[in-house]
Amino acid sequence: MAEIQSYTMNFGPQHPAAHGVLRLVLEIEGEVIRKADPHVGLLHRGTEKLVESKPYNQSIGYMDRLDYVSMMCNEHAYVMAIEKLLGVQVPERAQYIRVMFDEITRILNHLMWLGAHGLDIGAMTMFLYCFREREDLMDCYEAVSGTRMHATYYRPGGVYRDLPDSMPKYQESKFRSKKELDRMNANREGSILDFIESFTDRFPACVDEYETLLTDNRIWKQRTVNIGVVTPDRAMQLGFSGPMLRGSGVEWDLRKKQPYAAYDKVDFDIPVGVHGDCYDRYLVRVEEMRQSNRIIRQCVDWLRENPGPVIVDDHKVTPPQRVEMKDDMESLIHHFKLFTEGYCVPEGEAYAVVEHPKGEFGIYMVSDGANKPYRVKIRAPGFAHLSAMSEMVEGHMLADVVAVIGTQDIVFGEVDR
Amino acid sequence: MSDRSETLASRIDERFGEQLRRVSSTCGELTFEVDKDDLIEVATALRNEAEFGFEMLMDVCGVDYQGYGSHEWTTNEATGSGFSRGVERQPVILDEADEFDAKRFAVVYHLLSLQHNFRLRLRAYTGTSNPPMIRSVVDIWNGANWFEREVFDLFGILFEGHPDLRRILTDYGFIGHPFRKDFPLSGNVEVSYDADEGRVVYKPVSIEPRTLVPRVIRDDNRYSADLKDATDG
Repeated sequence: MAEIQSYTMNFGPQHPAAHGVLRLVLEIEGEVIRKADPHVGLLHRGTEKLVESKPYNQSIGYMDRLDYVSMMCNEHAYVMAIEKLLGVQVPERAQYIRVMFDEITRILNHLMWLGAHGLDIGAMTMFLYCFREREDLMDCYEAVSGTRMHATYYRPGGVYRDLPDSMPKYQESKFRSKKELDRMNANREGSILDFIESFTDRFPACVDEYETLLTDNRIWKQRTVNIGVVTPDRAMQLGFSGPMLRGSGVEWDLRKKQPYAAYDKVDFDIPVGVHGDCYDRYLVRVEEMRQSNRIIRQCVDWLRENPGPVIVDDHKVTPPQRVEMKDDMESLIHHFKLFTEGYCVPEGEAYAVVEHPKGEFGIYMVSDGANKPYRVKIRAPGFAHLSAMSEMVEGHMLADVVAVIGTQDIVFGEVDR
Repeated sequence: MSDRSETLASRIDERFGEQLRRVSSTCGELTFEVDKDDLIEVATALRNEAEFGFEMLMDVCGVDYQGYGSHEWTTNEATGSGFSRGVERQPVILDEADEFDAKRFAVVYHLLSLQHNFRLRLRAYTGTSNPPMIRSVVDIWNGANWFEREVFDLFGILFEGHPDLRRILTDYGFIGHPFRKDFPLSGNVEVSYDADEGRVVYKPVSIEPRTLVPRVIRDDNRYSADLKDATDG
């Protein structure tokens, strides 16, 4: 029999486990991976170039579309870079709202990750369970911004508007009985804070439910334990961040180490892995969801007791109230200038980072004093993680490639930009 | 935080002297400029020496400084005409110049030290050569591999010593370096499916570029350094 040589196999870009448009060129010996060469860029939209051609505020919407499962965290880094350059102080209430929505976003992201990762390696039920809870969080997005995903809610200087006093409710239809409708609307009678509070009461039990399905599941462990092991040294060398770094046992979380917004005023813990394999990263992310829930609860309590402005009163940067414009000439001018020309940002450069659900998401912004950024560089955590794909799958079986793609939490919106 | 970064800055001054020149920064971030010939030596020291300990390279970013500080509509004096939306399409320039302005292209590195909780920004200009070239830092921080490929793809900066310098984000067979300032926003070619030929064809772009909002630079007294100090204090 002829000796089997290694051969090359193409994986993706249209593959259900490729999380979008990943194309992998795999060098395989039998079923063992020798080398993986990811081809990215199929979703490249040139966001950084587009941003250079528009006034600052018009690009916030592009940020939502980078990592499209953690929208508000992307916005947060972008507006923080502008605020740094402008030297704007964000009102405290806006900072708490941002923290609350950052954490809601983190849960949204981790639920999407858990559902998709589970589905990839055979746990179908996870996907359905995770999307059930995601729905409620999407409704929170909708209540504050009007859209379920691409919110454009954060603005330089604060957030677009204060939290609403009512939640959107399910409507009557011939497919729902009155009783069913009342049950569905039961926690939507009060304000959005009441709704979020009821979610935080309910959510830990949901996480327990996911864990009963996976944590001690024999198949789950066979697919994840000792797969894609990264040592702490290698993780740092490769520029890992977020759960990928913490899964390897490095205790590093920007929310604690370089706190921004109101993270220094809330209480939470950083989960850290031990072995640096897929299973540890799974445990880290699940625990992060619990911690996020804790943070959200603290923000709800604070926000209830502390009303106040949610955006700075500097109308060179933020638009004036509609009602002021009716009889105040200056407000009218401010409004007109803001929405036609925008504002000029002083010359300089800033690097603003947030602890994004996937890792360190940074915006490096260079301004030459114009009303448009001179250069914006988006530091996407997934880009660094994916570059280590070859190293992580080397020597593993073909089926483990899927587990590693899952554990890296790859979203192509941010990798390709 | 600012005290700590001042300490770091003075330690860097002491250790590297003229090799690292501090750039005044507006946002309390440390920025240093390094000659491209010193890059490898300085980067190795910054990673290995315990007092700096920058074990992570978070980002490598190319910047094209052509036209930095220029504007499309003058705001200082009155003009007889308004801003015209029909900004002329710039001709395709494939940068065949023999030499570039020495400060045209820069590569910016963002370093992070986990043990000391410091951040540092290094900027190295690539000099006058065409194509612009700089040494690769892949051997010092392995994570730089894709970041440098990206800079090469988008700006055409070559990294000497990079193990696998291929395009990464643009299409297979793409021509040009799209993030250079002389590359038009709408690109040079468009693709469509030709039913007669039964394949995808490339054609020069047909859309007219439009500038909706002109780029303006306004002097704003509120941001001048003297005034800012006065209001802060």
